[in-house]
Amino acid sequence: MSLEFHGRMQDAISAIYRNDSRRVLATLVRLLGDFDLAEEALQDAFVAASEQWPRDGLPNNPSAWLVSTGRFKIIDRLRRRARFDSLLGELATSLNENVPDPGDMSDLELADDRLRLIFTCCHPALSPDAQVALTLREVCGLTTEEIAHAFLTSPSTVAQRIVRAKTKIRDAQIPYEVPTGHELAERLEVVNQVVYLVFNEGYTASIGPDLTRVKMSEEAIHLGRLLVDLLPDPETRGLLALMLLHDSRREERTSDTGDFVLLPDQDRSKWNRDRIDEGLSHVQEALSSGVLGPYTLQAAIAAAHAVAPSAESTDWDRIAELYDHLVDLDHSPVVALNRAAAVAMRDGPQVGLALIDDILATGDLDEYHLAHSVKADLLRRLGKTREARVSYQRALDLAQQEPERRFLSRRLAETEHTTPR
Amino acid sequence: MQYLCLVYVEEAKFDAMTQAEIDVIEDESLTNDRELEEAGHLIMAQALESVKTATTVRMRNGKLSTTDGPFAETKEQLGGFVFIDANDLNEAIRIASRIPLARIGTIEVRPAMDLLGKVRERPPR
Repeated sequence: MSLEFHGRMQDAISAIYRNDSRRVLATLVRLLGDFDLAEEALQDAFVAASEQWPRDGLPNNPSAWLVSTGRFKIIDRLRRRARFDSLLGELATSLNENVPDPGDMSDLELADDRLRLIFTCCHPALSPDAQVALTLREVCGLTTEEIAHAFLTSPSTVAQRIVRAKTKIRDAQIPYEVPTGHELAERLEVVNQVVYLVFNEGYTASIGPDLTRVKMSEEAIHLGRLLVDLLPDPETRGLLALMLLHDSRREERTSDTGDFVLLPDQDRSKWNRDRIDEGLSHVQEALSSGVLGPYTLQAAIAAAHAVAPSAESTDWDRIAELYDHLVDLDHSPVVALNRAAAVAMRDGPQVGLALIDDILATGDLDEYHLAHSVKADLLRRLGKTREARVSYQRALDLAQQEPERRFLSRRLAETEHTTPR
Repeated sequence: MQYLCLVYVEEAKFDAMTQAEIDVIEDESLTNDRELEEAGHLIMAQALESVKTATTVRMRNGKLSTTDGPFAETKEQLGGFVFIDANDLNEAIRIASRIPLARIGTIEVRPAMDLLGKVRERPPR
C-alpha cells in the first residue's frame, strides 16, 4: 500500500467523520437507547474504520458500515463486561435481537434519526441551558470546551449540564421520537428557539472572542439548513432566512475600532451577497406558504432592508406594515418599540414619538436603554435638543455595553453643539 | 377516613450518605410498607425519582407549557395527586395536560422509582 493511498484514505475518513459522524450517532442512539453507549460505539467504529478501510477499501455505504460496526463493538464490549455484571449480559442480548441491518435502512429512516436526536436534545422538559449545550454537543459535535468558550462559562459547568440532561432523559424516560400532530408545532417552537439562541449568542454578544462568536452563528445557520432540509416548516425556513440576512451584515455592523455602525451608515456594497441571496429565496418561500409566523415576519423585515440599494430608498411602508402583523403575534414591548421606530420613518418623528410615549407610559421599558435612545433620536430630528439630551443621558445611564455607551456619549456631545430650542 | 402522608426530604442528605446507609433506608421502607399492608392500613406507597427528573406542566388559554424542574408557585399548595401509568414522559405530559387543574394550577410530573426492583438488582456484596 503506497503512502499516498494511505494518506488519501485517512483524509477520506476525516471527511466522513466531519460530515457524517453526527448522522451515525443519531442512529446509534436509537439502536442502543443510550447517549453514552452511542458515543462509545461511534468512537469504536471510527477506530475500526481507520484500521480496516486502508486495507479493505472504502465500503459502499460508509455510514451504514459505521452504524453496524459501532453497534457490534458495543455489544461485544458489554458481553465482556458481563462477566462482572449479569445485567450487562441481558442488555447485550436484547441489543442483539431484532435489529435490522443498518445497511438496509432507507435514507428517510436515517433522516428521522437526525430529527429524533434534535427533538430529544431540545425537549422542553430540559432547561434551556441544557437544551443548548446538548444540541451543540450531540447534534453539532462541538466539544464541551468550545461550548463553554462561546457561553463564557467553564467546561466543567457545561459537562455537568450535559450529564444532568442525559440523566433526566434516561430516568424520566424522554422518548427518542419525532413528535406528531399538534405536538409537532409546539415542539418545533422549542427547537427554533434553541437555534435562534445559539445564533444570537454568536451575533449579538458583545464580549467573547470573535472567532468563537462567528462559529456559533455558523453552527446555528447549519442547524437551520439541516432542519429545513429534514422538515420543511415555514417558520423554521423564516428563522433560517432571518439568520442569513442578519449574518450578511455581520462585518459591517462594527467599525475597525469596535464601534457600532447603524444600518443607515453601513457600507451596503460590503454586505455578504451570498447570504442575502440565500436568505431572500427562503423568505420568498416562507411567505408563499401563507403562514406568517414571527420569524418569517422578522425575516421579511430584514429582507426589506437587504434589498434597499440605499438607506434613503428603504421601503418603510412595507416595513411598518410587517411590524403591524408582528405586534399582533408578539405582544412584547420591544416589538412595539421597533414598530414605533418604523412608523416614525414612514409617517414622521412626531407620530413615532407619540407611540413611544405611549409605550414608555406603561413602565415596561423604563429601564431599557434603547427605548430612551430611540426617543432621543426622534426628539433630535424634531429639533427638540434639550429634551433629546435628557433622553440620551437616561439611555447612557442604563446602557451596559461599552460600544453602546460610546455611541450614546457621541450623540450627547453632538447635540451639545447645536443651538438649544 | 383516608390520609395521604406526603414525604418531604432534602435530597442532599441522600447524596451525603454511603451506599450501605441508603440500602438500610430502602429496606426499612419496604418492610414498613409490608407491615402497613398486613395491618390493613396501606392503600398505596411509592418512592419517587430525584427532583432533578421533574417536569412542570401547565395549560394556559389552551396552550401547553412544559418546563424543566419543579416550579410550583410558592402560593400554590398541594391539592391532590393522579398516579398514572404511561409509556414515556411524552405520554405522561399529554395526560398531565388534560388534568383540569392544570389550567389553574401546576402539575409536577415525576417518575416513580422502582424501589423493589432496585433492591432486587443490588449487586451481591
